[in-house]
Amino acid sequence: MGEIIKVGMADIKTCVSPDGVTTLGLGSCVGIAIRDPSTKIGGLAHIMLPDSKAMRNEHLNLAKFADTGIEELVSQMEKLGARRSRMVAKIAGGATMFSFHGSNTAIGQVGQRNVEATKEKLKQLKIPILAEDTGANYGRTVIFYPETGEFHIRAVGRSESVI
Amino acid sequence: MGDMTLAQITENYYDVLKELGNIGAGNAMTALSQMLQCKVDMKVPQVKLLEFSAVGDMMGGEEQIMVGVFLGVEGDITGSMMFMVEEECAKHLIRKITMGMLPEGTEFEEMGLSAMKEVGNIITGAYLNSLSTMTNLKIFSTPPALTVDMAGAILSVPAIQFGILGDKILLIQSQFYDDMELDGYFILIPDMESYAKILTALGLPLV
Repeated sequence: MGEIIKVGMADIKTCVSPDGVTTLGLGSCVGIAIRDPSTKIGGLAHIMLPDSKAMRNEHLNLAKFADTGIEELVSQMEKLGARRSRMVAKIAGGATMFSFHGSNTAIGQVGQRNVEATKEKLKQLKIPILAEDTGANYGRTVIFYPETGEFHIRAVGRSESVI
Repeated sequence: MGDMTLAQITENYYDVLKELGNIGAGNAMTALSQMLQCKVDMKVPQVKLLEFSAVGDMMGGEEQIMVGVFLGVEGDITGSMMFMVEEECAKHLIRKITMGMLPEGTEFEEMGLSAMKEVGNIITGAYLNSLSTMTNLKIFSTPPALTVDMAGAILSVPAIQFGILGDKILLIQSQFYDDMELDGYFILIPDMESYAKILTALGLPLV
């Protein structure tokens, strides 16, 4: 049994089997797990916002955004020896944690926008999405094992699922 | 102005924000005390500017189950506001406010959560009122929304709002006691222009 490496909010970690990667309490953020099945190199990005393009900050935290975060994860995996053409992805999160009437729709939709931006970026990089558990209104803890590609998902008051 | 980050603002005006936090949380506790009709003591609130990754740890881990009450802020300033308490504290508050009417274990059913929403509404309202009085700005809140979930998941909502501004989150931890020690967290998330308005109203205009 390998080590399970923790990924924080706006963070990226890579690992090689038998190790795994986990992120706890994903809400409106999205967890993107990518794996190269041949080398069993994997990684997980925990992104918060859809798009880095609106930001003018020079000290950009790449892991914070779907577009730059996914690119960075892929590039880190490539440095370890993974091949982009073999990569496959699974995604989770993007929940709407609070439902509002009327105003604050921008906050309500950020989860959904994160999921859309994630899919768009993966499509652009030609990395297929094998499975997803996104949306709804509850938080998720995820664990990803590059050995098998299993993506375990836990939520409060629900039984654990594997996608 | 537009390029200013939250880090710069809080470096310059940390003390002001801390004072706002103190007074706001103080008023919130007074409101809570009136509502519970008992004495509620509190420690000096801690104002913290934390990295995203450190926030969950402080609240007992990202998977700690908590209750979050979230409101929109409107008027002269815009943004949002959140109040969070740990699961057991919330149950305690719910039992108190419903005066023992709810059987043990049913606190998080409809009636209890509705009561908790009202608690959150009243204490965040008191918090915003004191901010309004100090700044002479009109501040209203929208009806509250509530969720019971993992701390990390609840915090993702304000963290994302802060994430637009920078890489840190500003939160006020307020410990209070009635016959039990309770830990509550206030998170006020004004948008960028509103930060400037608040500080200007307090006589500390941004240069």
